[in-house]
Amino acid sequence: MSTSQLELKGITKQYPGVLANDAIDLAILPGEVHALLGENGAGKSTLVKIIYGVVRADAGEILWNGAPVHIANPSQARALGIGMVFQHFNLFDTLTVAENISLGIDEAHDLKVLTSEIEEISERYGLPINPHQHVHALSVGERQRVEIIRCLVQDPKVLIMDEPTSVLTPQEVEKLFETLQRLSSEGCSILYISHKLEEIQVLCDSATVLRGGKVTAHCTPREETPKSLAEMMIGSELPVCKRDGRALEGETQLSLHGLAIPSPDPHGTDLNGIDLTVRKGEVLGIAGVAGNGQKELLAAINGELISPRSDMIRIDGEGVATVSPARRRARGLAFVPEERLGRGAVPEMSLANNALLTSYQHEMVSPQGFIDFGHMRDYATRIRKNFDVRSDGIDAEAKSLSGGNLQKFIIGREIMLEPKILVLGHPTWGVDVGAATIIHQAIIDLASRGASVLVVSEDLDELFEICDSIAVISEGRLSPVRPTSETNVEEIGRWMSGQFADATQEVHHAAPA
Amino acid sequence: MDGMDTAIAILVGTIRAGTPLVFAALGELIAEKSGVLNLGVEGMMLVGAVAGFIATVLTGNPYFGILAAIAAGILLSLVFGTLTQVLLTNQVATGLALTIFGIGMSAFIGLDFVGTPIEGLKPIPIPFLADIPIVGPLLFNHDALIYFSIVMFALVSWFLFHSRGGLILRAVGESHHAAHAIGYSVVKIRFLAVMFGGAMAGLAGAYLSLVYTPQWAENMTAGRGWIALALVVFATWRPGRVLIGAYLFGGITILSLHVQAVGYDVSSHLVATLPYLATVIVLAMISRDATKIRLNAPASLGKPFHPGA
Repeated sequence: MSTSQLELKGITKQYPGVLANDAIDLAILPGEVHALLGENGAGKSTLVKIIYGVVRADAGEILWNGAPVHIANPSQARALGIGMVFQHFNLFDTLTVAENISLGIDEAHDLKVLTSEIEEISERYGLPINPHQHVHALSVGERQRVEIIRCLVQDPKVLIMDEPTSVLTPQEVEKLFETLQRLSSEGCSILYISHKLEEIQVLCDSATVLRGGKVTAHCTPREETPKSLAEMMIGSELPVCKRDGRALEGETQLSLHGLAIPSPDPHGTDLNGIDLTVRKGEVLGIAGVAGNGQKELLAAINGELISPRSDMIRIDGEGVATVSPARRRARGLAFVPEERLGRGAVPEMSLANNALLTSYQHEMVSPQGFIDFGHMRDYATRIRKNFDVRSDGIDAEAKSLSGGNLQKFIIGREIMLEPKILVLGHPTWGVDVGAATIIHQAIIDLASRGASVLVVSEDLDELFEICDSIAVISEGRLSPVRPTSETNVEEIGRWMSGQFADATQEVHHAAPA
Repeated sequence: MDGMDTAIAILVGTIRAGTPLVFAALGELIAEKSGVLNLGVEGMMLVGAVAGFIATVLTGNPYFGILAAIAAGILLSLVFGTLTQVLLTNQVATGLALTIFGIGMSAFIGLDFVGTPIEGLKPIPIPFLADIPIVGPLLFNHDALIYFSIVMFALVSWFLFHSRGGLILRAVGESHHAAHAIGYSVVKIRFLAVMFGGAMAGLAGAYLSLVYTPQWAENMTAGRGWIALALVVFATWRPGRVLIGAYLFGGITILSLHVQAVGYDVSSHLVATLPYLATVIVLAMISRDATKIRLNAPASLGKPFHPGA
């Protein structure tokens, strides 16, 4: 039996209130692709941060080629030969690709030599990138390449990838897998973190499954079924949400007509002539790679960004594109922003007060301007109960909740207002599978009660699960809208890289007939 | 030739009046590029000015005065660094407190030295070059600190954009979380940047009390520390623009003195506001480009960093 490249023994890490890692054992062989599988909050991130020297373990041992090592900081990890691609990229927008990569190298080096090295690696591993470009001009997929090249220039023995596919198009995922398989065939071990079961079955040779900070299984993913893997991961069967096949014949409640707005952010994307209608009872999904105008689109619909012409956005046929968010809400629009803390909820305020923030128009404030605390607390309590929000009462600060619980609360707060139109940005981003199912079910139920729902998301699985129709946003333009049953992941993926000009023409030709 | 002499006198005066701002603003620029907003520049300048003055009186050597001013500036910046970087106090509040502290402290220590005459720094003509007509007196007949301010300008520009240290500094200022995750010591780098800012503010103070006036008077910086802070922002964190802004301020200061000397009947208080007003207006006009500001502004400026988070 060969010696493990990297072995962990009894790694334990206690945070205030949470035992993030409880005596974790894990062994990675040279050249192996090893999956670290688990839900959000299972302790995956803490574990890899310990391996990479960002966080220190309270107890336990790390063996490198069989010999115990002490990793006090990331540069020691890199010196050993451990590279890491973080889920939230550690890149600097205003610096060039080469400068960003240079920052991740500890030894003295020349930027020109490094630039040619980057070009060489980029060619060898199929990771096209221009070293002189500034990072703010790059797509998310390109940014990930920068992170990967930053590791590869240091010739790693173990590469840690933290949820690398959550931001990629299906085509980009395929390319990434080719690169990873090539690396593994050259003897580099890969520790692959994910909660996507299909990916792990395709890519990984072995897996360690975590749940609640403990190892629940070591297994060979190809010999398992998605069902058995899910059971190891969440301790029960993977929940499925139900939807009925509804015919969509209701009237249009929300529509966009040639919506075009320049982005206020110099790193942002301008919206370019977006046409869209959402009917009563319809869930419309907008897919796309992050940074293609989603932020601007959501801001324009919500009213944070005022459009040049009133009729560019219509609610029940009436132009609302130049009125304030509060006026749009009064007309029945509800909105769940992408960022939970800071925009969806005020982190330092209690859940009860956060409930008041968007629902104050609903009898919680008297005409004289006095808050009806009883009503407000009752409303918060009902949200908490109906949406299974696990918190320390309704007086808990919003920031004390886990991502999934806070998101359930925010979505509950909007849905319980029974809005006519609900617009959501990335509703289950960073939310565990159980909470995501509750959220999806609530969205579908709202639509079946007659609301129009617009979901902007990067998660294709999510969109295909809950949407009646799907479109793609790319570089501020919208693709044609297709019923979910008449399209597939391949087509949407192709559109995500901007190739929908043909499809648009096809629709335009079809229109007069 | 009388007009020519006046013009040269005005230009030399411009450089002299602008130099304290060059020092203070370059120091603050480095601190801000690392992500730290230190509003205590005015206080650090005053403490530098009084420390430099006292050391000069006691030793008779203005160069010891300069060293004392640098030390005093660093000392005060260490207080700021410890509070904001280690104890994570609010940077704005701490900076304001530092300025108030510096005003009071410098007035207190300098009480016995108000009106004491000293011999300030003498100009050092550069051999041969200083004898060239017009250009000579304009560029090559200055005191050591003016030459040094130009050297510091070149050093800061080179450091920021052409050295690895500068790259790391900019990275820390843009995203402390990313820099920390890659393995840079955010607190240490910021501490060093704050100390550099303190040293430069001390130098700026010394220039006022040892060369420009040269004497000690309570609150003698007269708001130049605030102008230095504004310069950094309006110059969109670029050393070249800081230099232009500093000399612009200096030029209008000197011009307004000449206006009064010629005897126009304008309130001297009103004239005294001109340099401040003009500098802010001109810099606000040249820094209207939002994109450039976004690309140059340190994105985590003023935000506290908790390494544990």
